[in-house]
Amino acid sequence: MPSLGPNRANWTIGPGTTPVEIHFLGSVPIVESEWQRYKHVFMTGDADHLLPSDLPVTLLGPDGHPVADAGHALPAEAALTTALAGLITARRLNDQAYALVRQGRLAVYPSSHGQEACQVAAAQVLADGDWLFPTYRDTVAVVGRGVDPVEALTLLKGDWHCGWDPYEHRVAPHATPLATQLPHAVGVAHAARLRGEPTVVMALCGDGGTSEGDFHEALNFAAVLRAPVVFLIQNNEYAISVPLARQTAAPSLAHKGIGYGIPGARVDGNDVAALLAVLGAAVTKARAGEGPQLVEAHTYRMQAHTNADDATRYRAAADVEAWVARDPITRLTAHLALPPDELADLHEQAERVAEHVRDGLNRDVEPVPADLFAHVYAAPTPQLREQAAQLADELDREGALR
Amino acid sequence: MTSHEKLSMAQALNRALRDAMTEDPTVVVFGEDVGPLGGVFRVTDGLTADFGEDRCFDTPLAESGIVGVAVGMAMNGLRPVVEMQFDAFAYPAFEQIVSHVAKMRNRTRGRVALPMVIRIPYAGGIGGVEHHCDSSEAYYAHTPGLHVVTPSTPGDAYALLRESIAAPDPVVFLEPKKLYWSKEEVVLGWTTPAIGRAVVRREGTAATIIAYGPSVPAALEAAEVADREGRSLQVVDVRSIVPFDDETVCAAVRSTGRAVVVAEAAGFAGVASEIVARVTERCFHSLAAPIRRVTGFDIPYPPPKLEHLHLPGVDRILDAVDDLQWADS
Repeated sequence: MPSLGPNRANWTIGPGTTPVEIHFLGSVPIVESEWQRYKHVFMTGDADHLLPSDLPVTLLGPDGHPVADAGHALPAEAALTTALAGLITARRLNDQAYALVRQGRLAVYPSSHGQEACQVAAAQVLADGDWLFPTYRDTVAVVGRGVDPVEALTLLKGDWHCGWDPYEHRVAPHATPLATQLPHAVGVAHAARLRGEPTVVMALCGDGGTSEGDFHEALNFAAVLRAPVVFLIQNNEYAISVPLARQTAAPSLAHKGIGYGIPGARVDGNDVAALLAVLGAAVTKARAGEGPQLVEAHTYRMQAHTNADDATRYRAAADVEAWVARDPITRLTAHLALPPDELADLHEQAERVAEHVRDGLNRDVEPVPADLFAHVYAAPTPQLREQAAQLADELDREGALR
Repeated sequence: MTSHEKLSMAQALNRALRDAMTEDPTVVVFGEDVGPLGGVFRVTDGLTADFGEDRCFDTPLAESGIVGVAVGMAMNGLRPVVEMQFDAFAYPAFEQIVSHVAKMRNRTRGRVALPMVIRIPYAGGIGGVEHHCDSSEAYYAHTPGLHVVTPSTPGDAYALLRESIAAPDPVVFLEPKKLYWSKEEVVLGWTTPAIGRAVVRREGTAATIIAYGPSVPAALEAAEVADREGRSLQVVDVRSIVPFDDETVCAAVRSTGRAVVVAEAAGFAGVASEIVARVTERCFHSLAAPIRRVTGFDIPYPPPKLEHLHLPGVDRILDAVDDLQWADS
């Protein structure tokens, strides 16, 4: 096979090459641009199929009425009812945790109030063997995968860092350094592929996280390795105080996929029906070997970044108010129009979860000082054994003084 | 069953990777140019050809991505061995190393272990241009949760890498690039643990020279010269910076009563300073003189034509030995 030249030795020309067409204008030959001849080498992917839709996919309008969409059908009623139960519990959990900060039982809580549809759908579309990689704002997605909410809040309660066993429900620890969890998600997915397992990994990040280098590196690695990862960006319009316009000049965050050869999709992040459809399709494609998928969900952070933040310094109350009408629970409740007793049951379930969280967080766990040294290495180094002994001795003497 | 073969350090590392990959199908090797090229120092030579692209593969050129993906693969049952092409090119991976590689076991109360090795060619002495000669060991050694080892001989390179790959914790494996071509008979078995164990390279009675990685040959040469001048110097090769072998190092210093610590890295807040502090705290009454450091200057790594002035050499080591208050003893 001919090659493109000494510096491009590996870009060989495969079958299907159009021969160079040479036209003559009088006696002067007009040769087609050399780039045209090698177009298939330089344009290795179809950019059009990577493009997201102009508007986010919506299947339920804010009033709960179905909206026609050419690409996606409305999910089955059973799936929507499951999602409604998840949403109601998620909202209750968010608000309960927020209240527990005020009561001093949690150090801080980054609430996903208003974003629950994204989190519920992200958890619901996964199969048992799949993995979820959450950020610090995704506690209700973590709980959606089956993690005990008390264990999910251990980090913020301060008893330890990660409170759950990541292998039990295949949920990675909350990632606080932005986007750093995304390469891990790619690694888990690639390892699964090498081991012949059908695992899909759902990797979550926010709009601010898309500016981090690890977002870029993770998407690029995933695409090159064809790793079965669904990247879900919850675009809630703010990175603490910084609005999206200061974060990116891209047409949309889903458009970022084009640069990596990853198809992008945009979805109404407050419409759980659309999220189940779009994320479900993305998971199916990733599992089928079509490589990573990028989904941008348009939603809104209804509360401050955390309880320690003051959102009035950077956005107007009217901006927040405009999103109240788009609330994910209101629209799904309107759409399903469940009998009052069934709806009451869902709220009752949510109340029981809130009670469990209150009980768990009000229970003081005496931290074990020796734990400081127990998990730094598989076996403590001689230096850590010395330091553990020193601390134990200090505590003994302190105890003796009391 | 063990056999012997004369190998350079680069070849010994290659053999260690091969033997580990043969014995353990979960070992995977990846990084920049480690595939068909075999790595810029040829440490991964032939691995893709012999084990296939799933076991040894080239990645996009992004160090944070390489280490971050390795974290995920280690979480999911594999034992990644990744290569950072040069010391200074590992810095983009620093956040992944410090915030995740080092902390995952601790964050998860021991539930998620990360058995992985980050190989980094490091230090100078090869006439490399800027960003190719950093001694970056202190950054890693200062991070709890990492093991940090550095061989000075082909034999140790083989044994330490085998042990690092088999270890349940992440290991930052620092390869002194100026020693890649040094050769010796290597025992291709892997029996004696080396992580956490310093080794006495040369017996001596008057003073102890403590060195590691690229500085060990200079320490041994200094001992050779001193011997001809009638002074018997002991040489200890640290090998394992973390965990540090206080026992062997302190026993050596107690036996001579004097010590010099040699390292290429800048001295300020460095590993050499830590060694001086540790030994002084433990052996004060055995010391006839303050421990001296012979390190690189506190400067950015110099250009090739000036590096010989920066690197701790035989004369500078012997000057420090001369300075160990012999007249007062």
